[in-house]
Amino acid sequence: MGNMKGMSAVLSILVIDENHIRASIIEAGLREAGHQRVSVVHDVKAVAQRIGEIAPDVIIIDLENPNRDTLEHFFSLSKAVQRPIAMFVDRSDGTMIDKAVQAGVSAYVVDGMKKERIKPIMDMAIARFNAFARLERELEQAKGELEDRKIIEKAKGILMKTRGLSEPEAYQLLRTSAMNRNQRLIDIAQSLITASELLGPNQ
Amino acid sequence: MTATHLTAGFMPLLDAVLLVVAHEKGFAHNEGLALHLVKENSWANIRDRAALGHFDVAQMLAPMPIAASLGLTPLSVPMIAPFVLGLGNNGITVSADLWRQMRDQGAPDTIDPASHGEAFRKVVEASPRKLRFGVVHQTSSHNYELRYWMAASGVRPDRDVEIVVLPPQYLPGALGAGGVDGYCVGEPWNSVGVAGKSGRLLTVKDKIWSMSPDKVVGMRADWAEENPDTVSALIRALYRAGLWASEQAHFDEMAAIMAQPHYLNAPREIVIRALTGRFVLGHGAEAEIDSHFVPSAHNANFPWKSQALWYYSQMVRWGEAPQSPTNADIAAACFRADLYRAALTSLGVNLPEADYKSDDGFFDDVPFDPQKLEAYISSQAD
Repeated sequence: MGNMKGMSAVLSILVIDENHIRASIIEAGLREAGHQRVSVVHDVKAVAQRIGEIAPDVIIIDLENPNRDTLEHFFSLSKAVQRPIAMFVDRSDGTMIDKAVQAGVSAYVVDGMKKERIKPIMDMAIARFNAFARLERELEQAKGELEDRKIIEKAKGILMKTRGLSEPEAYQLLRTSAMNRNQRLIDIAQSLITASELLGPNQ
Repeated sequence: MTATHLTAGFMPLLDAVLLVVAHEKGFAHNEGLALHLVKENSWANIRDRAALGHFDVAQMLAPMPIAASLGLTPLSVPMIAPFVLGLGNNGITVSADLWRQMRDQGAPDTIDPASHGEAFRKVVEASPRKLRFGVVHQTSSHNYELRYWMAASGVRPDRDVEIVVLPPQYLPGALGAGGVDGYCVGEPWNSVGVAGKSGRLLTVKDKIWSMSPDKVVGMRADWAEENPDTVSALIRALYRAGLWASEQAHFDEMAAIMAQPHYLNAPREIVIRALTGRFVLGHGAEAEIDSHFVPSAHNANFPWKSQALWYYSQMVRWGEAPQSPTNADIAAACFRADLYRAALTSLGVNLPEADYKSDDGFFDDVPFDPQKLEAYISSQAD
């Protein structure tokens, strides 16, 4: 029965992700790929109430979610789900599973689902999880760089004021000190600010 | 000599302490290991990432390698456990409301599981709704011990109550919010529930099954086969960490290390309760529990094959594993007493000669004799 349904009917896909933005990105990807029955749940607790109505063929969940144990136990109770649900389609497809876990995503599918039907869904989810992680990293980096720039500006300001240097001279002094000590420019700038604060406003 | 890099997954639970001590106090380093500890947030992730090789080794619930080897879990690959991370450390905590009802049914001020069990049975019989209990994972020592305690007290866990799975760190919150009426979990999450959610710590693992294993170091069987020297080095490092962790003089330092955000992220004064055994039970009661958590003494780290069989017997009992002589063999083979001995012989450690022993430390006085496994399983059938 599961086989027949898996072959013909429209797939019902459930996305469980506490991260609302990422969930929307996955949902959009699934809809773009032509999947119409996509449900998104942010809280695992809500799965219990909605699983009957959703009757998912595929469940996509992020690995940061500490509730995977809860979810799996829930699947194992035959009362909650009529059709048995396994993790991934085929245990032998190690590469896909590995890629998915690396990307931070896992999938559960109903028994009897064909590998060809799940693969494009997983490929999309993996790609979007990776893209999301990259964006997050870039955002972090950009934040960090902005922060660094502010610190260096402040350090330059201190040097200009206390030593009467021009801006290029102040910057050059910071750079030379960093190179001579084999330290990063940002660390030298930070030390200078700390020292200046310790010595007080009159300095 | 370059150090061998070893990635180890762990959960924020006190009995990750030997892995942490091996890393923080240099025992791993002394064995030529560069131990890289990765904190995980679910047992499912530990299981999957160990299976996929993202972790070389991991802190695991004692039944996990057995369940994986028996093919009971997703991504099942044969796993072994050559080292036990300590005895005890679980506890059962109930909500303030359930505790009041148990008090009315004669529950004592102590941590005696038999008298609490009797009061609990009376509450369950009188309760208009099914009480709900939380455990951390299906194939967990917690699940089997909670069920053992209930069943021996006349409560049928699958019919009279509901048992749900929640991550350890979420259980105190669920107790406070009324999501669960009680739970079985490792420290510090009982003490956190007592301190923050007015729970009552009823009893501990050592009172239900004395001197029993809770967590192990698990790893893929083929990986262990390919890296025998690394496995030996890890066993020695963890063994030495266990000796260090047993000394009272180190409890303060250990609690301070474990309390840190990247380990337990819990208050130091709560973490230390499980180390000293001086527990606040809640609702005015306190207890000194001698062997709540045993990191080294009593051959605590020795992987008794008979104890793997006990966990297997409970998997059969609760309908998770089919009963067969082959499955019993698979279960026993997961606990690698041979690797433990091979690693520690050179240290002159006093090692058990047998791989199997009878356990008579169960609170209901029913002994477990591994030679009478089938009779034991039959005696527990409904």
